Amino acid sequence: MTAITRRSLLCSAATVIVTFSLPRGAEASVNTVAADSVDGYLSVARDGGVTVFAGKVDLGTGARAAIRQIVAEELGLSPGRIALVEGDTALTPDQGSTGGSTGIMVGGVQIRQAAATARARLLSLASASLNRPVSDLETSDGMVVARGDGGAVSFASLIGGAAFELPIDKTAPLRNPDAYTVVGTSYARPDIPAKLTARHAYVQDHRVDGMAHARVVRPPAIGAHLNDVDASSIADIPGAEVVRIKDFLAVVAPREWDAVRALRQLKATWSEAATLPGSDNLFEAVRATPVARVEMLRSVGDAPAVLDQAQRVIHATYSWPMQSHASMGPSCAVADIRDNGGTVWTASQSTHRMRWTIAKLLGLDGAKLRLVYMDGSGSYGTNGNDDVAFEAALLSRELGRPVRAQWMREDEHGWDPKGPPQLLDLRAALRADGSIAAWETVAMPPVNTPNAGIPLLAAVAAGLDDGRGSQSGFTGMNSDPPYAIENVHAEVRWLATTPLRVSNLRAPGKIGNVLAVESFFDELAAAANADPLALRLRLLSDPRGREALERLRQMMNWTPRASPLERTSDLLEGRGIAYVHYKQAENYVAMGVEATVERSTGAVRVLRVACAHDCGLMINPDAVHAQVEGCILQTLSRTLFEEVTFDRARVTSTDWSSYPILTFRDVPKLDIALIDRRHERPLGAGEAAAAPVAAAVGNAIFDATGVRLRQAPFTPARVKKALDEQAT
Amino acid sequence: MIEITLRVNGQNQKVAVDDPNMPLLYALRDDLGLRGPKFGCGLGQCGACCVIIEGEAARSCVTLAIDTHEKEIKTLEGLGDLDRPSRVQKAFIAEQAAQCGYCTNGMIMTATALLSRRPRPTETDVREALAQNLCRCGSHARVIAAVLRAAREG
Ligand code: FES
Ligand code: FES
Repeated sequence: MTAITRRSLLCSAATVIVTFSLPRGAEASVNTVAADSVDGYLSVARDGGVTVFAGKVDLGTGARAAIRQIVAEELGLSPGRIALVEGDTALTPDQGSTGGSTGIMVGGVQIRQAAATARARLLSLASASLNRPVSDLETSDGMVVARGDGGAVSFASLIGGAAFELPIDKTAPLRNPDAYTVVGTSYARPDIPAKLTARHAYVQDHRVDGMAHARVVRPPAIGAHLNDVDASSIADIPGAEVVRIKDFLAVVAPREWDAVRALRQLKATWSEAATLPGSDNLFEAVRATPVARVEMLRSVGDAPAVLDQAQRVIHATYSWPMQSHASMGPSCAVADIRDNGGTVWTASQSTHRMRWTIAKLLGLDGAKLRLVYMDGSGSYGTNGNDDVAFEAALLSRELGRPVRAQWMREDEHGWDPKGPPQLLDLRAALRADGSIAAWETVAMPPVNTPNAGIPLLAAVAAGLDDGRGSQSGFTGMNSDPPYAIENVHAEVRWLATTPLRVSNLRAPGKIGNVLAVESFFDELAAAANADPLALRLRLLSDPRGREALERLRQMMNWTPRASPLERTSDLLEGRGIAYVHYKQAENYVAMGVEATVERSTGAVRVLRVACAHDCGLMINPDAVHAQVEGCILQTLSRTLFEEVTFDRARVTSTDWSSYPILTFRDVPKLDIALIDRRHERPLGAGEAAAAPVAAAVGNAIFDATGVRLRQAPFTPARVKKALDEQAT
Repeated sequence: MIEITLRVNGQNQKVAVDDPNMPLLYALRDDLGLRGPKFGCGLGQCGACCVIIEGEAARSCVTLAIDTHEKEIKTLEGLGDLDRPSRVQKAFIAEQAAQCGYCTNGMIMTATALLSRRPRPTETDVREALAQNLCRCGSHARVIAAVLRAAREG
């Protein structure tokens, strides 16, 4: 088998294993998947249909609509005439992982420039064929049209079936946003009808002839070694087999249920291991962890000196628990490894990186390995999809036949890489008039190696990887206040280790950091008897940030006053706000929460969430709206309910009853204002609105009760305890 | 080995069951190749595997296949297709009421059973009917709107 290339796949369709029917005429750009060439991203078929090749994927976010809109707008044709291939390593350029809300901000912008370059070429070709200057030409509906006499020539006849052979021109002119007709509209997501009628194939639905179903047998304790396996214990299950490689243990069977039975029935003995601190001691353990590296996030003036000499210093410690991605569908992949290469069908957010990771770990030729992206259950960072892709590949290589591996619920909850724990110490010095003289944050997240990927469970168990290395995203960002304070010292102490394997989980670190910063800011406002919204506006000059807060003020019918309210009834109602300038560089989000707290039980009910959201140019406002809804609801869930529990040996929150999430009963009224900024660059929408949710809830609880919660989740037990302590 | 007959989406289908403990979900997905019902938890906790058995929403991951012998089973593919979606599917499409869509099978099947029982549900009825159906992406608000729309336009 030779290297898998776009040419080999598109030109010899008969031998291709594809999961979708290949877009018509995509052969126009067979030669390259280079990320800097127009042909890498798009091709015009003989019939004028356009195929877009995107390295980043749609995780249920609406990118599938938005990418089409971007190309349709720049080129001048209807989005319905655009086919899209996503994340297939043989067909798409490597645009990096889909994550960090970069799908549109980075991936879409690259594709937009490719389309703009293509349009410029179409115009110059048409100029020759119509004998008109380029300045007289316009593109529309797949045609280049001359103004005035209306002479026209189609894309198909200009370049259909041929390659552009052009590098992307960074200076190719973009459409004027004021003239947009497709971008900025809520073009319906093309995948939804098929998903809602069961016509869409998820990776969980993918089947390959002759494949075996696999389940991986996890050890009873993290780090335990496999002593013995009794293969005869599953001898009665038709076709069931055991695969063992060092501490990696799996069962396979021709029928899926038989693989599940074999998993339950297999007898194996493992060594004991007790390497974890236990979730009850998590933050003591975090505080005792050695610091690997200190990063100065922001240093203005001389905060330590001011704090040393201040009359009035307020300090507080905030923490955020470990949390699970808790995807609805357990991770799944199908692999067919053969001839030193092969194909892996996966919902990985990082197909391009995983291609080389799998090749390296299994000693395959990466040029002969193809990863095909298929939709999985929503993922919000690196969940178990990379693990299971490797597990399927490892098993397929061992067995010499295709393997479909799927996790069980207890794998997903118990073994997905977790969102890291966060601990932050804050101090502020107040002047006599209550104004803030100095601010200090010390954040303590586990060390992050960008783009390293995470150690894969099966690779570690099989002795192919040492298990070191950690990637959990830019978890230090937004731990500094976004306000004009004369003396600020914000440092990130990156910790050498952390309990449990971690990865990037939606808005990595920012939810906990903003909880700390924006709650502490409200503590300072309360200490100064100031209205929290007015104080924010006084210390914020960025006009986009101010507008977000002003919009929120209207949405909340905000009347200025200090928190908390003085009330004595059992059901207390409060309001809270929080603000973030995401990564201090991207979206502006102002969030308001109205909530009740039941004093007798500690139960918190969020009644309404208002959100003003500025993500620059919105390609598809309805898709942005849906992402903001998702950010709010998922983060409410994380704020109120979610905490991974573990003992000394293993995770103990392994299903939906031990790791509850938000239900339909808990869904508040959502009021979302999307601020239209069509002349600004487009930013992501998948993360930023998550960041201020917890802080806004905490501030509402304080407003209602006078009790400050500094540790999430805000469970009834925790709230009740805080209320009881307040009473004594 | 027991052979059972499932009446799925109006068709009689024979399935060989060698383990009486096999849940219906595996017969539907693996033997009959259906994609609507999804494996989410296998514990009856999430609703991703919902089907309608004899008019009632049921969790196929905790329903034994042999217990559904000769019963009338409806799955998501049996409600409607791309050209003729059911009114609930149509309402979900109109509200764009899915993100990843993995949970949506359960939402649509449960809502369909609800509306046949109670054609004019209140928002509280909808929330209660769906209280055991989990969604991780946060599509809840749109799902509620879609079910109410289906009721309105029904
Ligand atoms: S898969 Fe059946 S309820 Fe979760
Ligand atoms: S839409 Fe993804 S789990 Fe509900």
